[in-house]
Amino acid sequence: MNWLKPSWQALLAIVLCVIAIALGAMSKPEAAALADPTASISYPYLGTKGLMLGLAIVAALISMIRIPSLVEAIVLFVGAHLVAWLLISGIAGFEGTALAPYFLLLTAAWLLGWRCVAVLSGLRPMASTARNALRLIIPAIFGAWILIIWEAVTRGAGIPFILLPPPSAIGARIAGSLPVLGADVRQTIFKAVIFGYVVGSGAGFITAILADRVPFLRRGLLPIGNMVSALPIIGVAPIMVMWFGFDWQSKAAVVIIMTFFPMLVNTVAGLAASGHMERDLMRTYASGYWPTLIKLRLPAAAPFIFNALKINSTLALIGAIVAEFFGTPVVGMGFRISTEVGRMNIDMVWAEIAVAALAGSVFYGVVALVERAVTFWHPSVRGG
Amino acid sequence: MDSFRDKLVPVTSILAGVVVLWYVFAVILNAPFQRDLDSRANETPGAVEFIGKTLAQPKPTLPAPHQVAVNFFENTFLRPITSSRSLVYNAWVTLSSTLLGFAFGTALGIIIAVGIVHVATLDRSLMPWIIASQTIPILAVAPMIIVVLAAIGVTGLIPKAMISTYLSFFPVTVGMVKGLRSPEIMHLDLMHTYNASPSQTFWKLRVPASVPFLFTSMKVAVAASLVGAIVGELPTGAVAGIGAKLLAGAYYSQSIDIWSALVAGSIVAALLVMVVGVAGRIVDRAMGGRPA
Amino acid sequence: MTGISPAVVAASKLGLTFQTNDGPVQALSNVDLTIGKGEFVSFIGPSGCGKTTLLRVIADLEKPTSGTISVNGMTAEQAREKRAYGYVFQAAALFPWRTIERNVALPLEIMGLSRAEQAERIKRTLDLVNLSGFEKKYPWQLSGGMQQRASIARALAFDADLLLMDEPFGALDEIVRDHLNEQLLQLWARTNKTICFVTHSIPEAVYLSTRIVVMSPRPGRVSDIIESTLPKERPLDIRETPEFLAIAARVRDGLRAGHSYDD
Ligand SMILES: Nc1ncnc2c1ncn2[C@@H]1O[C@H](COP(=O)(O)OP(=O)(O)OP(=O)(O)O)[C@@H](O)[C@H]1O
Ligand SMILES: [Mg+2]
Repeated sequence: MNWLKPSWQALLAIVLCVIAIALGAMSKPEAAALADPTASISYPYLGTKGLMLGLAIVAALISMIRIPSLVEAIVLFVGAHLVAWLLISGIAGFEGTALAPYFLLLTAAWLLGWRCVAVLSGLRPMASTARNALRLIIPAIFGAWILIIWEAVTRGAGIPFILLPPPSAIGARIAGSLPVLGADVRQTIFKAVIFGYVVGSGAGFITAILADRVPFLRRGLLPIGNMVSALPIIGVAPIMVMWFGFDWQSKAAVVIIMTFFPMLVNTVAGLAASGHMERDLMRTYASGYWPTLIKLRLPAAAPFIFNALKINSTLALIGAIVAEFFGTPVVGMGFRISTEVGRMNIDMVWAEIAVAALAGSVFYGVVALVERAVTFWHPSVRGG
Repeated sequence: MDSFRDKLVPVTSILAGVVVLWYVFAVILNAPFQRDLDSRANETPGAVEFIGKTLAQPKPTLPAPHQVAVNFFENTFLRPITSSRSLVYNAWVTLSSTLLGFAFGTALGIIIAVGIVHVATLDRSLMPWIIASQTIPILAVAPMIIVVLAAIGVTGLIPKAMISTYLSFFPVTVGMVKGLRSPEIMHLDLMHTYNASPSQTFWKLRVPASVPFLFTSMKVAVAASLVGAIVGELPTGAVAGIGAKLLAGAYYSQSIDIWSALVAGSIVAALLVMVVGVAGRIVDRAMGGRPA
Repeated sequence: MTGISPAVVAASKLGLTFQTNDGPVQALSNVDLTIGKGEFVSFIGPSGCGKTTLLRVIADLEKPTSGTISVNGMTAEQAREKRAYGYVFQAAALFPWRTIERNVALPLEIMGLSRAEQAERIKRTLDLVNLSGFEKKYPWQLSGGMQQRASIARALAFDADLLLMDEPFGALDEIVRDHLNEQLLQLWARTNKTICFVTHSIPEAVYLSTRIVVMSPRPGRVSDIIESTLPKERPLDIRETPEFLAIAARVRDGLRAGHSYDD
């Protein structure tokens, strides 16, 4: 039997499909049609039910034959996603009528997807391009399945829209509200976040350099900065709104305060990071404070500084959005989230969150790319 | 403790400097409004009297430290703990959801980390998302969670605790994955020569090796958890809690109240981080950690 | 001695090639070796010649890519599962969160011995390496030499007949090293264990061993095997005797030959 290699995912998927076949109707209309064959009731999956079950079972069976892993992964990938696509597209017009076999089939497809990811995880290709591709594909499939299950469950079970809208509705809402979303991004990110980020990080950096020149300051600022980093600084938002008004300036002020301390603490720590041997070497060259700082200590501190820049990229977004909960002109991501929540337009809230997530990732990604370019010599970058 | 004495003087002098600056700014920032008041009342106070007045306004732009201190003292020690204006009461409301969320978040984080370390598929598929999600301003989700849960009848402690859970499980997951992977190859080989089972390797090597990482990430998590609880109190117009105090202060322009709520929040945060830090040190000592 | 007792370790045509990112690295090739019960075999050779790899193959920490290896008449894997050997790494590799006593107890816990038996073995092995009185200390409270002795105690606690040691004294100073060498010899004489011992030092190899396996690099292989004619009783000053120096000279020649072969 060595042409067989069973996997629990495929076996369980087949079992689930068999149970689904035994249970019969996929949806309430189908059950009604079965109960009363004379009535002409339209129901979902008229022609595709057998196809879906067959696909899932066949893909599961093929995956258990001893074939090359890549082929197995492709079969599973195609099978799982085709079933999911048929399942989701078929429920259109019949939302909320799904019965147990619908969810069993969904689970079976998900198991095949899981098996596919497991097979891909086991691949150890020699070529580095293939390795990099796998590093992207595997999490991408995982992410896709979160969306698939979300979509299929919300629509199949008919979860109320205000509780959790399906991703397709959120996508449609994003596409339909681009001008509003764009205006919000401009207000929150291009005004408050970027200004606050640059000023806050810059001020933290300069303070750290000053503190470095004065050991007394450094010894005092480091513990204070560490302490303050743990405090709920976000709470200054109402004060900033009182001081600087409703517009973006108050949000920028919150961002400045939030980004200042991480930069201060990290830069001070980074300036202490260069080795004694290297510093002594600079001493033997009779190099002064500033040349040593620029040629040795700042480069050595770069990983720390970039770490702060990365932390700050997230903090800045959070600060600006949450500060808007305390009052804004009628535009801005935080404003939109809080008002649309109040109006129960949950799909718009999700759209705004998706945009915020995207903005956050792009922001972080840009900082990470700059870091790679600047600290190419550092082991953590060279290593991979 | 040499290093402690090294820091004490600089820290106290910097803090003293902050207080002095605070007074200076309080006078400067509150002066315009005071001048306004005086001119309307047709008064021309002397400089000392004028400064005294700027530091005693009921709704100052920047309250003076002693005003905040007095407000904080009154609302903390002079009110019955059951009063809704008591800071102890409000801090407790926030603290309870912080702790609940923190406990759940830590447990969840540990479970996910164990899964990631032991199941290669999870490591390759879930871990990148966990890392990516760090870059997402998750606090933006807070109002929605509160309102949606309220719509299905879940209110009070649980929704806030969920936000705290959400915020605190990330650092714990990342820290624990690092920690469970921290044993050196040589230690793993050693367990291999003993023919130790995976569960023996887990309990005798990976778990003890991960403890320092756990406590470091728990410090971050508990601070994040508190922020989550505070932000969770904003959108509902919650009746109690530090976030509610902030919101009410903002609404009625009670700047002194805002500041004393902030002080309360900071004290809670500092205490939480300290408690986790001390617990970490005790565990470390019990596990034979070298004194610093 | 080798001929009579059954082989504890038998390798034939053993080869191991690592697949690395920069192509294959042949760490061992065509190693034939038989080690009998009660022998003290040293492995010596230049850095990178595969001494550690060979020891790791015996310990089933690495799988050979060609040839066969048997330990106590079983495959290396079966032997490991039977806990047939104790392994001493180059560094002490003690768990920092366990006291010396608990460190020695680690393999015993894994074997599932009773508390009483654990206590008995801990006491016995710590006595053996002269560490009585340090049971409750943590590793960082001990000197490097004491830590290494604790790790030897941990390997001995197993009570396996085979002891695999990879440069156990490499990081220690000369004086401590002499002392530990002497103690190791006494221990070997008392317990009649089989010991495989990797070292960089010619005097150490000659002083300790009944046989010295000289290895040479690229690819790692056995280039010479030298039988020691020294008596089993070896005071430290045996190292000044002509007999000792003659064996040392032979080892040095073996090492040189391995090198010239390479260039
Ligand atoms: N895990 C590994 N992956 C790839 N190559 C390895 C690995 N382990 C060892 N090697 C290679 O195998 C060869 C032999 O290594 P080994 O560690 O056995 O040498 P050694 O004789 O113990 O050296 P040293 O005296 O420095 O400890 C070396 O060329 C080394 O680079
Ligand atoms: Mg070696």
